[in-house]
Amino acid sequence: MATGFAAFGTALPALGIAVPLVGACLLLALDQVLPRVAVDALAAVVVLGVAVLMGALVAITASGRVVSWAGGWRPAGGVSVGIVLVADPFGAGLAFLVALLTLAALLYGWQYFSHAEAHLPVLLLLFVAGMTGFALTGDLFDMFVFFELMGAVAYALTGYKIEEPESVQGAFNFGVINSLGAYLCLAGIGLLYARTGQLGLAQLGAALSGHPADLLVLVAFTLVATGWLVKAAAVPFHFWLADAHAVAPTPVCVLFSGVMAPLGVYGVARVYWATLSGTVSAAGVQRALLVLGVLTATVGALMCATQRHLKRLLAYSTIAHIGLFLLGVAALEPAGLAGSALYLAGHAGIKGALFLLVGVLLSRYGCVDEITLYGRGRGSRALGWLYVVAALALAGLPPFGVALGKAISEESLAATWLAVVFTAVSAVTGAATLRAGLRVFFAVGPPPPEHHDEDVTTGEREEREVEPAPARTPPTMLVAILLLLALGLVTGLPAVGSAAGRAAERFTDRAGYLDQVLHGAAAPAVPTPHGAAWTALGAGLGVLSAALAVGLALLVLYAPRLPRTLRVAGARTAPATHALHRLHSGHIGDYAAWLLVGAVALGVLLALPGSAAGATGVTP
Amino acid sequence: MSLYAYLVAGWLLLAGFFGVVRSRDLVHTAVCVSVAQSGTYVLLLGIGFQRGAGAPVFAPGIPTTSPVVDPVVQAMALTDIVVSATVTALLLAIAVQIAKRHGTVDPDELHALRG
Repeated sequence: MATGFAAFGTALPALGIAVPLVGACLLLALDQVLPRVAVDALAAVVVLGVAVLMGALVAITASGRVVSWAGGWRPAGGVSVGIVLVADPFGAGLAFLVALLTLAALLYGWQYFSHAEAHLPVLLLLFVAGMTGFALTGDLFDMFVFFELMGAVAYALTGYKIEEPESVQGAFNFGVINSLGAYLCLAGIGLLYARTGQLGLAQLGAALSGHPADLLVLVAFTLVATGWLVKAAAVPFHFWLADAHAVAPTPVCVLFSGVMAPLGVYGVARVYWATLSGTVSAAGVQRALLVLGVLTATVGALMCATQRHLKRLLAYSTIAHIGLFLLGVAALEPAGLAGSALYLAGHAGIKGALFLLVGVLLSRYGCVDEITLYGRGRGSRALGWLYVVAALALAGLPPFGVALGKAISEESLAATWLAVVFTAVSAVTGAATLRAGLRVFFAVGPPPPEHHDEDVTTGEREEREVEPAPARTPPTMLVAILLLLALGLVTGLPAVGSAAGRAAERFTDRAGYLDQVLHGAAAPAVPTPHGAAWTALGAGLGVLSAALAVGLALLVLYAPRLPRTLRVAGARTAPATHALHRLHSGHIGDYAAWLLVGAVALGVLLALPGSAAGATGVTP
Repeated sequence: MSLYAYLVAGWLLLAGFFGVVRSRDLVHTAVCVSVAQSGTYVLLLGIGFQRGAGAPVFAPGIPTTSPVVDPVVQAMALTDIVVSATVTALLLAIAVQIAKRHGTVDPDELHALRG
């Protein structure tokens, strides 16, 4: 009985990848003979199955990693030629999150697209397989393969509305930048293989440990990290994200924002802890993550606050929050990592709900422009309140998971100025989201003046995703929104917090990872986590950032009624904002140039001597 | 293996990037992405190469002790080529659609997404 259970556990990671792949093939084969309802139902059943399997995997990994060698090619004496899947609580949790978000996306898109084709559910299932594989593999080259699998599917999903000019341009930009990032990453993997003759994360870690990083290892790590950070949309690799989110079908945006981009942060953390934490200098990694995190959070928040296209606004808010995830990881210790993980999961639920609410607006009015939609949503108070709750949760209002993750991350970074960054960025992105919602659903403030600026994308020319426009919101859409909000709420539970704390201890235990993967050693019990819980200070900072968000939103909404001197002072910042917008040119050549600049900067930050400990107050 | 293979690999990777940055035609952009990827093929094969070694195939009559080049990087390059075919096909298909919807394939003329 016990061995049967263990075998079931070992099979789970592979099933998480195989089930959606087989499901996608089935759907494609049966598309011609089955009615549309059956196709949708089959897709939902497959994803529900994956969710159950991954939920079981999360439960099993609580007591140790699940290691499964493909074809039984186990290592002998620490040497292996096999390919391995390694599920730990974070990897399994991400796979579970992927399945839950996909379920919500399918529910929302239930008979939603006008075209009666199974392409969307098929692509979604392939996307699930790619993301699950990326989260569960223990092999660096397999990470690249799954990165490319989810990438290729994501380009196709972005360009799904193939007749829309914005859509195809966004898909092209996304495809080119992500592919270039992937090739840099592959070059880095090749260099690591050249040095060690290994591709597994644990094998690489064992081969590299004991030697300080030389130039080749540093270059290799820079290239690999660049690849993952392109996916994570860290500044200056972030340009593709806003373009892709603005044009992708709304249910797909839930996955893009909630889990695909954050998987890039996971990739960096995984490669660092499993492979290179004993080799490259912790100070360099910390410095690189801090600089990129602060830059990403700031640029994301500024761009978010100056958008009128609602989906772009939410996309830039995602960029800002990814900056905050990077800052949580930058502490390079379990508590910060646990904070980032909770933040990620809570953010996935809340941001997903916000995207779906905007999707409802798009289905009704064929438009996602904040200024055109002013007051148009007054008829649907319930949706408006859901939107306001989600926007406040995004700003960090307890008891949602976003607030818990933010609080834990803030406390792991001893430097006060970083807590200020967290609070300010949460408040600004929350305020921008809230401002848009109050205008659209409650017509708060005077009607905004229509002004044309060729460097700002309006949301007026969007293609309606449902034809004809539904008279009232279908219940499946509402259920999907409520499901995602509930996810945001559940991740704020204290039990989830302490589970994340234990998961982070497991994740950062490099010696344990190597022992279990290469020698089959049992996982030792994890120490009791410190600080992965609600505190009065953390909750207080959450309330503060939410209150600041409300204040800022009202300030912007009633700006025309402010005293003249204040308005003039506000207008002085306009050239700077305009310059920032001009940088986001939608031009693929510019994006590629920034990608190279970013890769070089990352290398310099990693290689510079000295310590970043003074900045964070954390001893690496 | 001489240093030249690595220099060629780096050159191809950077040439591909440079091409994407300076491109005036999206079909050219897609091809430049492929050029950048060719750099990774050269790098991978360069890593596995040994002077005087044969192909990693053992048939009757070939002693199992004879030197062969590393098959792992060849498998990686093969995977890489499959990825390249998919991505290039997808990018070209999207470029065709951009030509239809925008009436141009010059990235300087595409203004749908800004700021």
